[in-house]
Amino acid sequence: MSIQELGTESQVQIEMITCVIDGFEITVPKGTLVIRAAEKLGIQIPRFCDHPLLAPAGACRQCLVDIEINGRAFPKPQASCTIPVENGMVVKTQLTSPVADKAQKGVMELLLINHPLDCPVCDKGGECPLQNQAMSNGRPESRFEGIKRTFEKPVPISSQVLLDRERCVLCARCTRFSEQIAGDPFITLNERGALQQVGIYEEEPFDSYYSGNTVQICPVGALTGTSYRFRARPFDLVSTDSACEHCASGCAMRTDVRRGKTLRRLAGEDADVNEEWNCDKGRWAFKYEVAKNRVKSPMVRDSNGQLQEVSWPEALAAAAEGLKNSRSGVLVGGRATIEDAYGYSKFARVALGTNNIDFRARRHSQEESEFLETTKLTATYKDIDNADHILLVNFEPEDESPIVFLRIYKQVHKRSIKVTTIAPLASRGSEKLKAKLIRTTAGDETQAITNISGLTGKSVILLGERISETEGALSAVVKLAADSGAKLGWVPRRAGERGAIAAGALPNLLPGNRSVSDPAARIDMATAWSIDSISNEPGMSTDEMVNSDLQALLIGGVDPMDISAEAKIKLSKKFIVSLEIRQSDITEIASVVLPVAAVVEKSGSFMDWQGKVRKFEAAIDQTLNRSDVRILSMLADEIGKPINLPTVKSARAELDSLGNWDGPSSDMKMRNPTAAQKVSGDEAVLISWRNLLDKGSLQDGEENLAGTARKSTIIISNSRAQTLNVRSGEHVRVSNNYGAITLPCQIGDIDESSVWLPRNSLNSQLIRNLSVVSNSVVKVTKA
Amino acid sequence: MADDLVPRSDEFGLAHADQSKAPITNQNTASFGKQLLGFWVTFKTMFKKVNTVQYPEVKEPTAPRFHGRHQLNRHPDGLEKCIGCELCAWACPADAIYVEGADNKEGERFSPGERYGKVYQINYLRCIFCGLCIEACPTRALTMTNEYELADNTRGKLIFEKDDLLGPLRAGMVPPPHPMYPNTDDSNYYRGEVTSSHPSQGIAKND
Repeated sequence: MSIQELGTESQVQIEMITCVIDGFEITVPKGTLVIRAAEKLGIQIPRFCDHPLLAPAGACRQCLVDIEINGRAFPKPQASCTIPVENGMVVKTQLTSPVADKAQKGVMELLLINHPLDCPVCDKGGECPLQNQAMSNGRPESRFEGIKRTFEKPVPISSQVLLDRERCVLCARCTRFSEQIAGDPFITLNERGALQQVGIYEEEPFDSYYSGNTVQICPVGALTGTSYRFRARPFDLVSTDSACEHCASGCAMRTDVRRGKTLRRLAGEDADVNEEWNCDKGRWAFKYEVAKNRVKSPMVRDSNGQLQEVSWPEALAAAAEGLKNSRSGVLVGGRATIEDAYGYSKFARVALGTNNIDFRARRHSQEESEFLETTKLTATYKDIDNADHILLVNFEPEDESPIVFLRIYKQVHKRSIKVTTIAPLASRGSEKLKAKLIRTTAGDETQAITNISGLTGKSVILLGERISETEGALSAVVKLAADSGAKLGWVPRRAGERGAIAAGALPNLLPGNRSVSDPAARIDMATAWSIDSISNEPGMSTDEMVNSDLQALLIGGVDPMDISAEAKIKLSKKFIVSLEIRQSDITEIASVVLPVAAVVEKSGSFMDWQGKVRKFEAAIDQTLNRSDVRILSMLADEIGKPINLPTVKSARAELDSLGNWDGPSSDMKMRNPTAAQKVSGDEAVLISWRNLLDKGSLQDGEENLAGTARKSTIIISNSRAQTLNVRSGEHVRVSNNYGAITLPCQIGDIDESSVWLPRNSLNSQLIRNLSVVSNSVVKVTKA
Repeated sequence: MADDLVPRSDEFGLAHADQSKAPITNQNTASFGKQLLGFWVTFKTMFKKVNTVQYPEVKEPTAPRFHGRHQLNRHPDGLEKCIGCELCAWACPADAIYVEGADNKEGERFSPGERYGKVYQINYLRCIFCGLCIEACPTRALTMTNEYELADNTRGKLIFEKDDLLGPLRAGMVPPPHPMYPNTDDSNYYRGEVTSSHPSQGIAKND
């Protein structure tokens, strides 16, 4: 046991051990490594391979110290990163033992023999543990006069990671990370002795979703990111702690900015959330904010139908004119910060006087609205750490919330916990989790959920947002959770969704979980907002608003292609006020476009899937772009019904002061499942989800990142492949009366009646190409 | 009236100060000789060579190690020595240097090795000509010339770009981008084994 396990709460009494390091006595839990105990005393022992979240390896030998136990000394200095403390242990580090000091200097000299002197061109220069420790624990001058070992460099081990083998000190951090944390052992140490080197398998590149972490933990410049290569030096960068805007995992991040431009993002540290890891999308997808098509100034459509740049007062007046006195609604989008979502929520109720507000720009249902209104979501990362059984329902954590995946994988790797997944096929992620697959097809998950047994109070049920695509499934899950006592977690894909629920950006919810149908809650909110009353009419959902005859819509960051294939045409008949960072399908049809700040340019907070608030500050402050809530506040003033939220801070304070509703809440109305689709012949039920790396608009312009995306394939069952007479890799055509997609096929462990496609990947954008995403009958033929 | 101006005490030495303003009174012969001696220095100087330089019509050479404008040097085949490592910017106490590095791409090579300086700016309104950047440069790409005429009428003109700082193309040099000398790598360049350009690198300047 090492310190990595101290993060989990243990019920058993931890045995304490007392030892002496450099003459100081210290008491630490049993199993603590010497190097970590020394850290607690403030004694820094140099190290390369040691990492608190990876199993000890003792690979670099830099942390040698003199150890004796009860008067008996080890014959040679020992690696302090592999030896746990024991009672009566006396440790002498380089500070008190000349032997340890000499040993460390010797190891450093050996490491530097083959390390090239290319610090001036190395990206790690300036933040390099080897540079620093060579200065603190190395010889002042080299005695080596031979020729250094050289390798061809750099070798791209994937499109986003470059390997310089001659810089490597063989610490095995990258290989241990890939094996123990990510479960993608695509990178190994090849050869032995002096020729030992990091390498990848010949057939498979290092296409892990988590490869960026190896770049971050590499203690030298052996692994570098292609996108950041040669871009800047550490002293050029201004770092800001931030939160990731890409998904609901809620990673702490660090954003490094040079001259008002984001150059890189690193995983931040938060033991309760992402530990020290993040995914490649969070790390390398940020160029969208400097895209050429950023909206720079407010625009209003003129009489010729052209958008013209105008002044702010003019644009606000035009927007207010269109929204005032018309039947209107608000689409928030799933990426708003809590403060912005609160701004939209208050704007809809106060300035527009309606409950027509919805953050869901994806498939959704009335059942889901009720579920989000009535169900307590209690699961956290900590519950995953302590779980005895994890049930995934329509949720692919590796693709849809990668840090949740890492957390589950950690427990699978360490404790071999049971994972069950209710899914149409065994994905790569669920294979890595060694999950028991309960194979379903779209529409018949409810039966599988009802049949689940063996859940306890320590179990965790994690739902993906796609569960709303099956009528009755959420009802079944709520019943299962109530019966078994298992903790329930709902993991949406987008970062802003949980926050939008808290901010009341739903047709049936007011801020703080106050139900629109509850008169007391409405009066409470009306008083807080100093308005006469709040409409008791439940509002419309996203689909209803798009299809309705509403005259005007205020739209945040929403892509109409996420709603439906016809959404753009339907929306183009309405008066649209669009708050956007970039030109999009919405700005094309909008009557008024108001530019807003991208995440790096504003402060705010997201709520992760656990309900934990992830605050962040603006990384780039020299910008004229403002957060949505500020612009909504100006617009409300213009309409004449002010919402009084001039800053993000004031929105935050007001939302905090509202608190959560403590009155009675209603129960969810249980729904019966609908029958699954019947198919025959060459028909199949379409199933899909979004891959982590795909055609998402926040990944625009990141070619290196896109290079590691999984190839678009159509997954069919073995029997269907035989019927169609196709082999793996041959092209298959999936079509319906709207359109068709032709892609290479892959034979997988999928229900015979189903076919799987990526929802929004290269050459497979289902809404655009087929107008449906799941639970719909399509034709599968040989291409 | 005048008495009023006499200080009451000599605490601050004001009385003596007042005396120094008094006209010279002891006009004896010894004193007269001393005055003549003084004028002799003036007289003698009239026949010496004049130190004044009629700048800018006439320009004097500086001391050989005078710290003047910087220069970005080239390898003998014309490739740039700068690798964009930013060590000069790091060393600069006045924050006068701005560098952005970039990859040498296939078919677009500016320096030997992987990296070159894509943007290189020195702000001469900030530069204090201390020469720490020269000491920091690992490839001897940055040196100082003796040029001292650095004045202009806008701030913008005093931020020198890479084009302004690059040394002239001498005989045998090919303007980059062009490939490295055949069958060499960057270490050959640093060891001084590349002494001129090869016809395959492009048309060299000859003069």
